[in-house]
Amino acid sequence: MTISLIQMALLTMLAAVTVAIIRQRNLFGVVILAGIYSFLMASVMILIDAVDVAMTEASVGAGISTVVLLATIALTGSKEYPSVRRSLVPLFVAAVTGGALIWGTFPLPRFGVQESAIHMHVAPEYLQHSKDHKMPPNVVTAVLGDFRGYDTLGETTVIFTAGIGVMLLLRGRRRRLKENGKSAGKGTA
Amino acid sequence: MKFDLILRVGTKMILPFILLFAIYVHFHGDYGPGGGFQAGVILAAGIILYAMVFGLDAARRIAPQGLVELLVPTGVAVFAAAGLPGMFKDFRYLDYGVYGHDFLHAHEWGILIVETGVIITVFSTMVAIFYAFADRGRG
Amino acid sequence: MSQLTPLIDHFNYFTTIFLMVAGLYIVIARGNMIKKLVGLGLFQTSVYLLYLTPGKIVEGTAPIIDPRFQVYSNPLPHVLILTAIVVGVATLALGLALVVRISEEYGTIEEDEIFARGEDE
Repeated sequence: MTISLIQMALLTMLAAVTVAIIRQRNLFGVVILAGIYSFLMASVMILIDAVDVAMTEASVGAGISTVVLLATIALTGSKEYPSVRRSLVPLFVAAVTGGALIWGTFPLPRFGVQESAIHMHVAPEYLQHSKDHKMPPNVVTAVLGDFRGYDTLGETTVIFTAGIGVMLLLRGRRRRLKENGKSAGKGTA
Repeated sequence: MKFDLILRVGTKMILPFILLFAIYVHFHGDYGPGGGFQAGVILAAGIILYAMVFGLDAARRIAPQGLVELLVPTGVAVFAAAGLPGMFKDFRYLDYGVYGHDFLHAHEWGILIVETGVIITVFSTMVAIFYAFADRGRG
Repeated sequence: MSQLTPLIDHFNYFTTIFLMVAGLYIVIARGNMIKKLVGLGLFQTSVYLLYLTPGKIVEGTAPIIDPRFQVYSNPLPHVLILTAIVVGVATLALGLALVVRISEEYGTIEEDEIFARGEDE
């Protein structure tokens, strides 16, 4: 038994919150549940030793994305209407995909084994650099800023691009005010 | 939220600690969990909290919109420029050996400069996104 | 109990797949665009878990070097996912900005109504 009980409990709670997100029709509730989901996910990440990631997930997932989602709901309304489509086909697609993926997990190495392939590649080298006092003690920072600086430069550029995109989409004048008479005559739902 | 006394006082009390924690996370990223990404998000969260409690105009006084939007490309530029000095001194792009004689020292400086670029980009992008959404709400 | 051990060992993966499939289901089945984006977020978060799970070593600790510890978990997935989370929220904001514009243009964020209006014209 290599997975601790607390980890199993947290993962089960994650699954429960996910079901609640699917069933919840009020978008405000969905956003709050998504915040709970992020905190649970951050707790799981701490248990699997990803402390830097957990910190990011807690501040980004539960902080910033909740704020942005709430700001959007304030602009668009918080009621989700039941879909007119039947939900059997999506359920079938999801079940088949899930079954195939679970079948695919069986050859994977056991949880937490030191000999699995992922620990054989470049990671020991990164750790060795820090152990030899050639790099800062936090290996994640060393890899992020130094060994894989090109990656991080790319990611920073993506964030920059997304920010510019949001500004371009939302900073312009609102057209709805101008065309109010036209769209009101057409009758919105 | 003009009359919500507890929120206003509580925010004023907690805000310096949020900003200080962000700075700590940024500069202590070499020795503990943290770094530019987390610090940028925490800084932005502090500004957003201030904006939500005291209003958008008050937040614009401490983080002017023009400055924030100027910082978005500045962060990427700082990151990209951090790699350049090495290219003039027999190193490759983004090799930090140029920043000092001692290997560890040079690379710590390089990482700090790069993380500064990251914190600037992340902070300003998050605040700019928040301003854009909040402005849309006011019409 | 010994037959159950492989299943318990893969519990992380099973939860990951459940979250992934739930996200997929929301994206396909639900017409509300904000709900769709939350579903996409679930899918994304499950990928984080998928990356981080194999990096863990049971006897190990977080990859911050200290003389007291010898075994450390794999730092590489942490780096990849760390940046992916921040990029994820930036792209989520971009998607939500598009939703806001759609809502201003059509007066609704329900996909079915938008499609129906397209067929009317």
